[in-house]
Amino acid sequence: MNVCSSKKTLLFSGVILGVIAALLAYFGNPKNMAICVACFIRDSAGAMKLHQAPIVQYFRPEIVGFAGGSFLIAIATKEYRSTAGSSPMIRFLLGIIMMIGSLVFLGCPLRMVLRMAAGDLNAYVALVGFVLGVATGSLALKKGFSLGRAYETKAASGAVLPIVLGGLLILSVTTSLFAASTEGPGSMHAPILVSLLGALLFGAVAQKSRTCFAGSIRDIVLMKNFDLLTIIAGLFVVMLLYNAVTGNFVLSFTGQPVAHSMHVWNLLGMYVVGFAAVLAGGCPLRQLVLAGQGSSDSAVTFLGMLVGAAVCHNFNLAGAAAKAATETEAAAAGGPALPGKIAVIGCIAVLLFLGFCKRKKQE
Amino acid sequence: MIEVDARGLSCPEPLMMTQAALKKCKGEAVKVLVSEAHTKSNVEKYGRAQGKEVTVTSVGNEFEIVLK
Repeated sequence: MNVCSSKKTLLFSGVILGVIAALLAYFGNPKNMAICVACFIRDSAGAMKLHQAPIVQYFRPEIVGFAGGSFLIAIATKEYRSTAGSSPMIRFLLGIIMMIGSLVFLGCPLRMVLRMAAGDLNAYVALVGFVLGVATGSLALKKGFSLGRAYETKAASGAVLPIVLGGLLILSVTTSLFAASTEGPGSMHAPILVSLLGALLFGAVAQKSRTCFAGSIRDIVLMKNFDLLTIIAGLFVVMLLYNAVTGNFVLSFTGQPVAHSMHVWNLLGMYVVGFAAVLAGGCPLRQLVLAGQGSSDSAVTFLGMLVGAAVCHNFNLAGAAAKAATETEAAAAGGPALPGKIAVIGCIAVLLFLGFCKRKKQE
Repeated sequence: MIEVDARGLSCPEPLMMTQAALKKCKGEAVKVLVSEAHTKSNVEKYGRAQGKEVTVTSVGNEFEIVLK
């Protein structure tokens, strides 16, 4: 079945993705972080002790499920194709950059949409940055940016990431090797089987429908094509209804869970993510899905995101969530500290260099 | 017939190359070579949206799409 053939099937795919996100939030994932690819990679990096931030350490089955779901459906529908060789180290760098931008804002494009559906006005500010970033990346593509061709490799190469992630999940469940938060976002999670099954289905649907948050805006900018946006619209509407029914919809800048109102940095953080995602050929979710269907280049981008998450927390680049005053602590506005701000500016400079440095246009 | 070799390229490059080829040679058939199933369906869909007659042939693990 070609899921992409009509807007109805794409919208239905978005609804399924939204229902899975709502269920994961209902069963225990952080409320407006029902699914966040960047946050979950960050939590998994923490679980593997690549960083030591105690409140964001948990090996998220969702990450395994996204890649695994895509892997299984790609094999079942004969779309699995092991490829590699399209500028892997630039992709690694783009993975790091996407993670820095995401963690300054506190969420990947998927969480941005989920935060928007919960009334978080900071996410709407970030959306402006994301659209501008995607537009800048699209301009780079128009000017001839390309990471070059990927070539077919040994079939096993493309299977390494999904299988290794599956092995790590088994280790996280059966041993005490991995760290697990006892408080904060890392301690909030749905039961493992619910997370895994939900994410396997999510990954499979995302693979068949070609879901991509950056692609949805890029296709409008470059092709005037609204197909991929239809999926996001379906997901948004389901989460909006879920939040309205459960009383989680609060239209405000302040008081939002795991968020801050440093508007410039929310905007620039997601600008970086949108720009980098277009250059890399997909948002963080799409990278995991492509890695699942056999792309070693996307697997390298994932490794970049994993390392990027560790870098963010080890070197204080991640934004801090705003906090209300308590009896013992004063209120905190949150947002990125100076190293995070410098990193965002540095990322923009690198992206502009990569995207627009002189090159021969590919014929 | 103009041939576009988009094998192994990331999205949306194959589609952009197809778009450019169709613009360049109005009326002439365009053959697009792609390697991924999702790229094949994107090009196929784009061709149909442009009112073209689209023929897809599997060549080994790759695809040949002719837009007339």
